[in-house]
Amino acid sequence: MKDLLHAEWTKFRTVRGWGIGMLVAVALTVLIGLLGPAATTISCQGPDGQACVKQAPPTGPDGEVVDDSFYFVHQPLTGDGTISARVTSLTGLYAPGGTRQAGVGTAGMRPGVQPWTKAGIIVKDGTRQGSQYAAVMVTGGNGVRMQSNYIHDTAGTAGPWLRLTRTGDTLTGYSSVNGTQWTRIGAASLSGLPSTVQIGLFVTSPGYTVITQSFGGGSSRGGPTTATAGFDQVSPGGTWTGEAVGGQVSLSPGFQRAGDTFTLTGSGDIAPSVAGRGDGARIEDTLVGAFAGLIVIVVVATMFMTGEYRRGLIRTTFAASPWRGRVLAAKAVVIGAVTFVTGLVAAAVAVPLVRHFELVKGFTVLPVSVPTELRVMIGVAALLAVAAVLALAVGTLVRRSAGAVTAVIVAIVLPYILAVASVLPAGAAEWLTRFTPAAAFAIEQSMPAYPQVTASYTPADGYFPLSPLAGFAVLCGYAALALGAAFLVLRRRDA
Amino acid sequence: MTDALHAEWTKLRTLAGTSWLLVAVVAVTVALGVAASAAVTCADVSCGQDPAKVSLTGIGLGQAVVAILAVLAVSGEYSSGMARLTFTAMPRRTTVLAAKAAAVSGLALAAGTIAVLASIVVGRIVLPGNGFTAAHGFRVLSLADGPVLRAAVGSVLYLVLVGLFSLGVATAVRDSAMAIGLVLGVLYLVPIVAAVIGDPRWQRRLEQYAPMQAGLSVQATVNVAAQPIAPWAGLGVLAAWATGALLVGGVVLRVRDA
Repeated sequence: MKDLLHAEWTKFRTVRGWGIGMLVAVALTVLIGLLGPAATTISCQGPDGQACVKQAPPTGPDGEVVDDSFYFVHQPLTGDGTISARVTSLTGLYAPGGTRQAGVGTAGMRPGVQPWTKAGIIVKDGTRQGSQYAAVMVTGGNGVRMQSNYIHDTAGTAGPWLRLTRTGDTLTGYSSVNGTQWTRIGAASLSGLPSTVQIGLFVTSPGYTVITQSFGGGSSRGGPTTATAGFDQVSPGGTWTGEAVGGQVSLSPGFQRAGDTFTLTGSGDIAPSVAGRGDGARIEDTLVGAFAGLIVIVVVATMFMTGEYRRGLIRTTFAASPWRGRVLAAKAVVIGAVTFVTGLVAAAVAVPLVRHFELVKGFTVLPVSVPTELRVMIGVAALLAVAAVLALAVGTLVRRSAGAVTAVIVAIVLPYILAVASVLPAGAAEWLTRFTPAAAFAIEQSMPAYPQVTASYTPADGYFPLSPLAGFAVLCGYAALALGAAFLVLRRRDA
Repeated sequence: MTDALHAEWTKLRTLAGTSWLLVAVVAVTVALGVAASAAVTCADVSCGQDPAKVSLTGIGLGQAVVAILAVLAVSGEYSSGMARLTFTAMPRRTTVLAAKAAAVSGLALAAGTIAVLASIVVGRIVLPGNGFTAAHGFRVLSLADGPVLRAAVGSVLYLVLVGLFSLGVATAVRDSAMAIGLVLGVLYLVPIVAAVIGDPRWQRRLEQYAPMQAGLSVQATVNVAAQPIAPWAGLGVLAAWATGALLVGGVVLRVRDA
């Protein structure tokens, strides 16, 4: 086997065109990636035509971009303690697309709460956007929830009584129907929470979202919303301060206190920010050139086999090593390894370089964690490697270059185009990205979909139905099938 | 020229692969058209769908098979050594290329016509059941309708032009794998790249000049004015790409040794 690997590696190495092909794959991946920032100019204007100050979006404790805007009635708490309150009412106003007049105020808005309108109690590390928190809340359509640090969400039992207890770094949430028998919802560990935190009441309401089917899958449109919540039985007592965290002032947030009763009005959301296409540069956008790299690699990998048939070298190869399955295996190992390294080099060059130009151009770059970044980069390399093995296997089956190259490119790239940029509805797009080799592009998805945020999660928005590894496994399955078929055919057919 | 045409026609006709590829053009185009027509529904007047475009979605797949056909018409001769015989018999190389172009066009025209007509018939049968009804402002797909006729004729011509483009590319690079990779790259990459370009002006520019997107704009029958490029002008862009490829191929063919 070692000799075979050596022989196949020598064949690959000594055909100059194939080595050049790999270099071209790297170059195309990087250059086409650079096209994105090169062809985009960010022009930013404030409401009065002045140049706007570029603000980085707030990021949560785990580094992800978050929404953190709400109305907060708070007081400090030092050390351990408990806050509890009863939510007596939750109402809201929303503006269906276009009915709200521009400017300040709620004129023209209709009554109604959003599914994720939130009102409840919160313990937060100060009033800075993106700081750590744990909260127990009543929602517009999803019952009582305990949420913490933006991405964690636990369903609770019935309210309207809510309680949150701090013990060291641990926050425990409870709810109750009557204020005497409490049911524990869950606990959140906020590491490094300072001794003094802000505790209090909050209300917030995310934008009204309608997900419609149109060209290229789903699109969402909506308008602003606002919510008003009533609280009583608030404990502890003392002096409360009102503040609109995140500076949401256009829909007149505020609070009124009448004896024991508090009424808060606010809008915004406390949740991870879900980006649609165009809301910011994602790491997978820097690797769009990998599609060009993929096409080059498929061409080279196919020729690695069909070239032997065309020149008759295959007869020499099989005369030298009559175990044809081993020849195929050696070829698969060599082409897989070469393309993996090529892909890794391409990703390692393209991602930081394109990122740099995106920052220079003033893009809103969506941050990703290091593990996600590594997964995306290694994932792209692995995707290219498996695609190369698939191309090799199809080339063995078909023996003709043109048919094999077309079959593999069409099988991987066309479903992606149809899912991302075509007339097909979201359902069909999800089917395509679940069952065709294009499912493998899930390994590039850097932004997770959050059930607690209403948004359009379609392939056209960059959200795949399968998890990164499951999507990649679909492509591996196709490659394994093709390799198996090639193995059988190779043994039975005359060279 | 008649002799050259006759020779090329005989070569293409007698290849076992040709008839299979022609059947495949029709089969894959109609199959994807059926799938798309079955998948797309229209719930109300403002669903923004274009029934002609939906039923002709398969052209995006059929073009790949047309590209194989055209590439093999050239590359097949080089890989088997037939090219030297051809050029010995007919030393005027541009005549050979012109004859090949004519033969490939004829085949693409025939297969494309059948594929497009079948796709339209499928759309006519399937789409009214998916909400493309008179109540939602849609007429039943019919070639008597001016825009639908334009979409149908345009789609057939689209396949012909993709065939000519592929022929030009294959003549220039000779190797079939490289030629088909180049053709499919040029056709398929632009929609993917356009999706990550945030600037709408550049996105529009890409859609106006990319062969696949500009060419397929000839399929638009709804909201035609909102397209980045007018239907026939879009097909003209693809024709320019095909002409360019054939010119490059022709020049290279004259200059280079077989």
